[in-house]
Amino acid sequence: MSEDNKTNETIIICKDVHKWYGDFHALRGISMEVQRGEVIVIFGPSGSGKSTFIRTLNRLEEHQQGTIIVGGIELSHDVRNIEKVRMETGMVFQQFNLFPHLSVLTNITLAPIWVRKWPKDKAEKIAMELLERVGIPEQAQKFPAQLSGGQQQRVAIARALAMQPKIMLFDEPTSALDPEMIKEVLDVMVELAKSGMTMLVVTHEMSFARAVADRMYFFDEGLIIESGTPDNIFKNPQEDRTKLFLSQILSH
Amino acid sequence: MNASNSPPTLAPPVAPGPLEWLRKNLFSNWFNAVLTLASLVFLYFTLVTILRWALFSADWQPVTYSPLLFLVGQYPRAQLWRPGLSLLIGTFLIGMSWGLWERYIKPFAIFFAILLTILAIFPLKTPTITLSIRAVFLASPVLIILGYRIGRLPAVKGKYVITMWLLAAIFITLVLLPGLGNIPALPKIATTSWGGLLITLLLAVGGITLSFPIGVLLALGRRSSLTVVKLFSIFFIETIRGVPLVTVLFMFSIILALFLPAGSRIDRIVRALLAMVFFSSAYTAENVRGGLQAVPPGQAEAAKALGLSNFQITTFIVLPQALRLVIPTIVGQFISLFKDTTLVVIVGINDLLGISNAVLNLKPQFVHLQMEVYLFVAVIFWIFSYFMSYTSRELEKSLGIGKR
Repeated sequence: MSEDNKTNETIIICKDVHKWYGDFHALRGISMEVQRGEVIVIFGPSGSGKSTFIRTLNRLEEHQQGTIIVGGIELSHDVRNIEKVRMETGMVFQQFNLFPHLSVLTNITLAPIWVRKWPKDKAEKIAMELLERVGIPEQAQKFPAQLSGGQQQRVAIARALAMQPKIMLFDEPTSALDPEMIKEVLDVMVELAKSGMTMLVVTHEMSFARAVADRMYFFDEGLIIESGTPDNIFKNPQEDRTKLFLSQILSH
Repeated sequence: MNASNSPPTLAPPVAPGPLEWLRKNLFSNWFNAVLTLASLVFLYFTLVTILRWALFSADWQPVTYSPLLFLVGQYPRAQLWRPGLSLLIGTFLIGMSWGLWERYIKPFAIFFAILLTILAIFPLKTPTITLSIRAVFLASPVLIILGYRIGRLPAVKGKYVITMWLLAAIFITLVLLPGLGNIPALPKIATTSWGGLLITLLLAVGGITLSFPIGVLLALGRRSSLTVVKLFSIFFIETIRGVPLVTVLFMFSIILALFLPAGSRIDRIVRALLAMVFFSSAYTAENVRGGLQAVPPGQAEAAKALGLSNFQITTFIVLPQALRLVIPTIVGQFISLFKDTTLVVIVGINDLLGISNAVLNLKPQFVHLQMEVYLFVAVIFWIFSYFMSYTSRELEKSLGIGKR
């Protein structure tokens, strides 16, 4: 990625983050620092804790030990801090999670109007610009169910961007898509990465990682097994587990 | 040849016409044909029997003797302008609702207008239906059409009409019908003299509009993270659901007085209404909870991630989807609430059914005419219930668009 986007501002700091589900130790001490403008790809086998980790960053999951600081705000039980962090982070889900009873336009303008307190026309203007950006302005008045999966996920990206977040979290954004629709979503994400957005992406789309990732993290069993630039990870993985996993997902 | 150049393949044509429809739907095979014929024979005999009885041998005297009894009970005849005005306000609002929500209200509004016109001109040889009463009946369809015209105006919004309905309901039930002691034009009229359809509609409309919001709050309360709210909701819902409506009615009619300061009294219709509201809200709560559980957790997560507050998530995201899912059950429950209003007879309130019993005892020659009177009452109940289920079906259809 072009270096000029990045400043030396550390926007996410995680120190020794732990998370348990009952007896199951899902995150076993994750530490990571992300600079503003960086694109981070997180990958690993299912159950490795990568989704859990990305969901702790906006407190959809609570961590029970360790420190998470996002945009200078520490995540704790303080509800106000959680709200502030959520205003600054957008999230895109595997299952899109669009609101099926609201039109595409209303899906996008809801949070800006009620959380950012923007006037309706300003919110709609920005929503239309975002729909333009993700390439489906003509779908504004439709309902989510009338759109294809790829279009729905692009609306979901526009919805997250409408809050003008500093950080975008993607939780397996292409895993629920038919193969022919993956590209249209990845194209939008690549464009977003090139515009300088700080992004954390849980994905197995290695082409995306190669194209825009600054660093990659390989998760397994709730731990970061290995991290590095895409070049290092693809050409010279150090750990056996990384090698094995890469061989499994790249072999076909 | 390129696929896009080939002429489009059309579905095979379907032979039109009623004969084809008959063959396909009623006589597709021998079993179907036998069923059709058997049903026809059955229908013929039941319909002919009922019609022959209704037109030639039934004695409709108890019904025609005093239609006012069925409508308003013993409401003082000198004050009839008050229910009359209520009817006119109601019909005007029905007209406006028709103009605004044509799809749902139209059949009911038209039916109502025709029914009132027939009532106005029906050649009844009874002195109780005076000319001024006929004038009110005749004015109603005019107001329905006037309201329809106004309701079609683009300036008229749904929220205005709903507000008007609410204000009208409050004005009619708290001021117009019971009267205010200090205004000579509106003398107080004890609810003991109210009766008939007036009571039935009062209990049904009041029960539905009050129990719905309470039920929604209880459903949310049951899922609340606040332990006290949650326990209270569970306790309330499970207690009410564990008791028959008759018991709740008796409790409110008799035992409620124990909990009130000495000397204070709650009107018996209000007590009955409270019982219906409490009873119905517990069931509404469980139905709504079912809907809440059916909304995927991802919906609330996505809303959280956008920074919406818990209150906003509930009102904008979860509740609208949950309520859509439970429209059929909720309406079904409202229909049963409407029919359950007849149970107030046992606490001495003369609703439509109570009045029927009273009418049967009015004259010695009426006593054996139960069939006529009960059939008449049944038809009235059927009309309102059918309207509710019709509206629910149309609502479901129109909400289908946004469904996933």
